[in-house]
Amino acid sequence: MGKTLYDKLWDSHVVRELPDGTCLLYIDRHLVHEVTSPQAFAGLRAAGRRLWRRDANLAVADHNVPTKDRALGIRDDTSRVQVETLDRNCADFGVTLFAMNDPRQGIVHVVGPEQGATLPGMTIVCGDSHTSTHGAFGALAHGIGTSEVEQVLATQCLLQKRAKPMRVRLEGQVPDGVTAKDLALAVIGRIGTAGGTGHAIEFAGPAVRALSMEGRMTLCNMAIEAGARAGLVAVDETTLTYLANRPFAPRGALWERAVAAWRDLHSDEDAVFAREVTIDVAALSPQVTWGTSPEMVVGITGRVPDPAAEPDAARRAAMTAALAYMDLKPGTPMVDVPIDVVFIGSCTNARLEDLRAAARMVQGRRIAAGVRALVVPGSGLVKKAAEAEGLDRVFVAAGFEWRDAGCSMCLAMNADRLEAGERCASTSNRNFEGRQGVGGRTHLVSPAMAAAAAVAGHFVDVRGW
Amino acid sequence: MDAFEKLTALVIPLDRMNVDTDAIIPKQYLKAIGRAGFGANLFDNWRYLDAGDGRTDAERRPNPDFVLNKPRYRGAQILLARANFGCGSSREHAPWALLEYGIRAIIAPSFADIFFNNSLKNGLLPVIVPDAVVDRLFRDVEANPGYALTVDLVSETVVLPDGTRVPFQIDPFRRECLLRGLDDVGWTLQYEAQIKQYEERRRAEAPWLFVAE
Repeated sequence: MGKTLYDKLWDSHVVRELPDGTCLLYIDRHLVHEVTSPQAFAGLRAAGRRLWRRDANLAVADHNVPTKDRALGIRDDTSRVQVETLDRNCADFGVTLFAMNDPRQGIVHVVGPEQGATLPGMTIVCGDSHTSTHGAFGALAHGIGTSEVEQVLATQCLLQKRAKPMRVRLEGQVPDGVTAKDLALAVIGRIGTAGGTGHAIEFAGPAVRALSMEGRMTLCNMAIEAGARAGLVAVDETTLTYLANRPFAPRGALWERAVAAWRDLHSDEDAVFAREVTIDVAALSPQVTWGTSPEMVVGITGRVPDPAAEPDAARRAAMTAALAYMDLKPGTPMVDVPIDVVFIGSCTNARLEDLRAAARMVQGRRIAAGVRALVVPGSGLVKKAAEAEGLDRVFVAAGFEWRDAGCSMCLAMNADRLEAGERCASTSNRNFEGRQGVGGRTHLVSPAMAAAAAVAGHFVDVRGW
Repeated sequence: MDAFEKLTALVIPLDRMNVDTDAIIPKQYLKAIGRAGFGANLFDNWRYLDAGDGRTDAERRPNPDFVLNKPRYRGAQILLARANFGCGSSREHAPWALLEYGIRAIIAPSFADIFFNNSLKNGLLPVIVPDAVVDRLFRDVEANPGYALTVDLVSETVVLPDGTRVPFQIDPFRRECLLRGLDDVGWTLQYEAQIKQYEERRRAEAPWLFVAE
């Protein structure tokens, strides 16, 4: 019987297997950021331990960094201490760090692939659930907790149980105006936020093959919102073209050898999955969430659903609570929902392709009166590339703020946040209560949808824009 | 971490599905560089009527309708929850906050994977029991002030006050670690030689995985 891509990746990293199936799994790449690492480094110090393999680690500060006036430093004391702690830990333990003012600094999940530090066939972990992003390269990548960060720093291994392989096939051609973000939201709407629990989801099918690496990253990024720790896409020419000549990627003869090995990184024809889901995307419309869980999503032509129509009591209660928090009434057309804030950024949607899609929507237009809109590029290098194309001028002319790279308003650990009651069209990944600021209301959408909403002042169907 | 064998304790019911880690411990409290100080902000957005900006927790107004603030559940060490508990981010601050508050076991029909792992590594026991049992437990807790359960990891059972025994399962390796309070780093380093051996083989087979910038 053939192997799934997940099985190939897993099997090639098992150092030792215990009788109950728990495996000691070797980790090739460890990405580090300031929020989930300080207690891990403290643990190493307390035990007098060193790093197992320094060059497997790459660190960058992203969650707490300000996205404007960086020359002034970080004003919030606790944020500053956390970033300074990362700087000190990396210096003490010899970890490569892209510090706040390094031109390569950015969101860890944008920086890794951009640098070629994310490679096919790797196991990649980071103390951040959106590590699933890196699975777009045919790598086994997932988020870990701080105890596991410490374990990887000290041993280069993790103790893991094999997940069940699941395949989500996206059939058909992606319609104009529909993006990888809409595909991700549609998948979550279909299988639910616990739909992938215990599984690693491989995204396959013609609609996935047609996506750029940026789009595949967006899709795998939100595998965690579907409950799966890891998302995966098989390696193909798109993957190889993206990676060639990146700073951390192999070169010359080593590149050729690597490529030969990477060509096997796909599920075999006769591989069996624990679960298969097929979705035809040809008739899909742009998606927008209405509630406080990413599975609470409808097409832009849809309406806010009515909890009264939900037969399951626990779900009905969750819907009712979500509508109360979101201040929405059942039956309201999504295009009639007004917005106060637009956030274009995050590890889901802050790459060059995303900024281009958003800029196309606002070219020659102005954002609606009363709307506050910001664009936060995913990395310093994305920002530079966007500026070289003049995207910054398009955004600024339309009334957007053009910021420096970081996680920013996706989770509002820095100064960028919603005020209580504000409603945001956001290209990020989570619409949980308070995620973007206490009392803030988040609607998840694609970059084009967010940009168009900024101009209109309410949600619009970008297909008719 | 503290070992976990058997616990008999009051139960606190949190009747919501998909409780995410932002709800368990909001991001504004993740800026600490130590492992302590999170308990006071467990379920912060639901627990207090006002935001925490600039106020000490003692100056804030507790939400009397939220279960954590109901006197009948004071001192509870077992949290009863709904499906997909702990979804969202990988923050280990979530189990740290629960433990610091005093919770040692969580009973739910399902948990998000990363939260489940993080809990086990901290001596917080996630107990999966069927939906129907969870429904019954919610009803029983509501109806009976002082309702307590026994969670026994040795026999992998939850024992109800009427003597009903509900089995649950934890992977044998994880169970052993919990029973003995063993941490992963120490355990892994017993196999140092085997890790080195694996690494050498991979360096030969797939040298591109070891390229530095």
